[in-house]
Amino acid sequence: MSELLLVVTIAGERVALRSAAVESVVELDALIPVPRAAPHVAGLSALRSRVLTVIDCMRALELGVTDCSDGIREAVVVELDGHHYALLVDLVEDVVEAMSEPSPVRAAMRPGWERISEGMVETETGPLLVVDVAGLIGGAEAKAA
Amino acid sequence: MDDLIADFVAECREMLEALGGEIVAWEAEPDDRSRLDSIFRFVHTVKGNCGFFEFPRLEALSHAAEDALADVRAGRRDADGPLVSAVLAIIDRIGEMIAAIEAGEEFPAGDDSALIAALAPGAEGPAIPHAAPLEGQGRTATAPRTIRLSVELLDRVMSTVSDMVLARNELARRLRESPTDVSVDGAFERLSSIIAEMRDAITRTRMQRIENLFVGLPRMVRDLTAELGKQVLIDIEGGDVELDREMIEMIRDPLTHIIRNAVDHGIELPADRLKSGKREIGILHVSARQSGNQILIDIHDDGRGIDGKRLVEKAIGAGLFGKDEANALSDRERLALIFEAGLSTANQVTAISGRGVGMDVVRSNIERIGGIVEVDSRLGEGTRMTLRVPLTLTIIPALTVSIAGQHFAIPRSAIEEIVRANGDAVTLERLGGAGVATIRGRRVPQVSLADILGLESEIPERDRTLIVLRLSGGDVYALSVDRIHDHEELVVKPAAPAVMATGLYAGTTLADDGSPILLFDASGLAEVGGVKLEAQERASRIAEGPASEVSKSTAVLLFKGLDGGRRALRLAVVDRIEEIAASAIKEAAGQLRVQVGEAILPLAGVPGAVGEGNVRLFRLNDGNHELGYAFAEVLDFAVIDNDIIHAERPGEVSGVSLINGEPAEIVDAHWLFANHVGVASRGKGQLVCRLPSDDPWMQNMLRPIVEAAGYRVIGDVDEPADLVIASQGSDVSGDEAGQTIWLRSEAEASGKKDSSIYRYDRAGLLMALKSAGTGSGI
Repeated sequence: MSELLLVVTIAGERVALRSAAVESVVELDALIPVPRAAPHVAGLSALRSRVLTVIDCMRALELGVTDCSDGIREAVVVELDGHHYALLVDLVEDVVEAMSEPSPVRAAMRPGWERISEGMVETETGPLLVVDVAGLIGGAEAKAA
Repeated sequence: MDDLIADFVAECREMLEALGGEIVAWEAEPDDRSRLDSIFRFVHTVKGNCGFFEFPRLEALSHAAEDALADVRAGRRDADGPLVSAVLAIIDRIGEMIAAIEAGEEFPAGDDSALIAALAPGAEGPAIPHAAPLEGQGRTATAPRTIRLSVELLDRVMSTVSDMVLARNELARRLRESPTDVSVDGAFERLSSIIAEMRDAITRTRMQRIENLFVGLPRMVRDLTAELGKQVLIDIEGGDVELDREMIEMIRDPLTHIIRNAVDHGIELPADRLKSGKREIGILHVSARQSGNQILIDIHDDGRGIDGKRLVEKAIGAGLFGKDEANALSDRERLALIFEAGLSTANQVTAISGRGVGMDVVRSNIERIGGIVEVDSRLGEGTRMTLRVPLTLTIIPALTVSIAGQHFAIPRSAIEEIVRANGDAVTLERLGGAGVATIRGRRVPQVSLADILGLESEIPERDRTLIVLRLSGGDVYALSVDRIHDHEELVVKPAAPAVMATGLYAGTTLADDGSPILLFDASGLAEVGGVKLEAQERASRIAEGPASEVSKSTAVLLFKGLDGGRRALRLAVVDRIEEIAASAIKEAAGQLRVQVGEAILPLAGVPGAVGEGNVRLFRLNDGNHELGYAFAEVLDFAVIDNDIIHAERPGEVSGVSLINGEPAEIVDAHWLFANHVGVASRGKGQLVCRLPSDDPWMQNMLRPIVEAAGYRVIGDVDEPADLVIASQGSDVSGDEAGQTIWLRSEAEASGKKDSSIYRYDRAGLLMALKSAGTGSGI
């Protein structure tokens, strides 16, 4: 019984999220900005009666800013400590099966990725980086804190 | 087996809670059979169950108590002080053990034989003074049929209902946009009302009677008084007020603390009380009532009161402020010092309170749930603490505002007033880049929401709206926003940590159209906006000065009349409240009168028949005369800070104004006295008006109007008059001609020089009476 992974693209790179952590994949339209919040908080959105805090993954990784101006965006909904978040990603691809336990990536990654890496897993489509959701949500400041 | 134990524990806890008040009442009245029975039932149930579960110590304890109580029931023994104390001690031990079972721990090790021995007739028990009987605890608690539900389940139901409301709103919008059938609209209306009903019911499931909180108080006070050697009678009222169960838990500790303080520091030792001319038994009055969407809990003792001067000295000693500032403090602010950390007037630290780590914690706990603590005290007469808390934690009345096109919400409780930046009474100035708003003579710091949020507002500063926010500490500042939208009741949920980290927001909520709105935290806004709070509060008083005197709001008592109308009476005229039997109200000498004790007072405020039972009335006093005014219930103390719309005709109601957000009729006390007490109420020093005593029209028709305008009416006697009213063409002595109002009987004036007034031109007459009054310089 191996773990299922959701493959998404962030900043042009295919990475994996543990599917156990993922509640759903949604398309967000309206985004309400949160003035003065950390830059990687793209805003708030509503999913039924729940308020989602929308996290711009590219900002969280310090790899650029996701362009939200063109309307509908794909996002992955996760829950952390009782709060619901929507992670803005470029693309949601597929669910794949992990064929190995995560193992450390020994080469040097870019600092943003380094921070949120849980290791590398083998899948049918090749090796993928497993992303730590809490790290994404914490954003760039989490490291300093 | 585990399930059975859980049920046993739950049952015991419920009985223990219900018993709390009963026990003390039983102690005061040991002959009360029904209370004895319910205590007996409790120990009996415990005994029966522990035999089954193998809790030998519990069984031994309950068995011993059961035996002793059985003797009392059979009349073989009297329930005397030592016995009651021993039974109480056993019940306490049982409670501890049950708590341990519930937590899955081992029993606290110890020996129960001392407790059991204390039950024996003639055994030495601790000398315990009797707590006085309870009022409001008269009936035996009978539990309605209930089931246990987990709060999570309730929360889930609640959030589903919220979803439903949102879905309905969405549907409503779609229906409005497209033409629909009448039948569809009808069905939709029905659905809407059902959903609304359901939301109400679900909200109610989270509500609990505040009795659950109050039921333990008599016992606590009893134990405290025993420990301190005091005598306190606790009077509890309003246990049927309901509030959110979480809220009850949140106010449990603060309330306990205040009561401990009241018993420990407030109420004096019996000997001291006698010395200062009070009854030996101190009275602690605890009451709860609902006022709008707030619950007011009053804790009032008749003890020694709070010494404001000592507090100030201590505060100076503690370096909170200097002597000059201390002198500038008002009485109210002095008393509010008890909420400062580290100040206590207690001479010595006792086990119960007085370490000075109390009231500041109480205040911060209450404020955390959006409540307010108020204190009022008179040295030597007692202290009143009032907790004002919102009904629920989750539904907050809020004002929605917008800035740069984005909507936000501000909690209503923080809003003091809303003014337009370009209004007459408002000026905005910039001092070194910082905003200062002067609102009716009061200088308050002003910050722009756009600046705080770093947004660009398209609306120039001058055209924005200022919201004056009052923080819990009493600090005030003005926030300028682009636009005000609506008052809404919002279901507020906590926001994610990344959002809360800004310090600006108290939570998030969903607007009717389903889009998220951020709720501001008023003190967070001030902090981020750079408003310097404490320094500002003391300095603003200088600007307040005489200018604010004019706009000072009037304190009123808000009440519901016998006819159900929402009315307000100026607090200053209300002497006190009496409750009298309806039979004491009689029609006599042309009007309703009420007998209160030895006095017979004219009675107003009765719309029709009085009915049966008791009637409550205000005793109004104008300094010379008293008057009764019947009412149904007191709603609140309030201030009139909105405009009063005056009535067209003088009468019982002088006008209407918005008080606490709803219109209320302002009762005209002057009119009441003028009409119900009449001539007799006129004291000295009034303006005097001469009316011809031989003119029946003047005497019968005009005289009441003149009197109502504040004049004392005299006839043709030799007394100087400030004003004379005469029919056109009659004789008036020369020296009084200047202050004469001439009346004519024709509606049309006879010429341009004719300054007389038509006798039925009431407005003209009143105007003339008024200007004559001011003209004479009184």
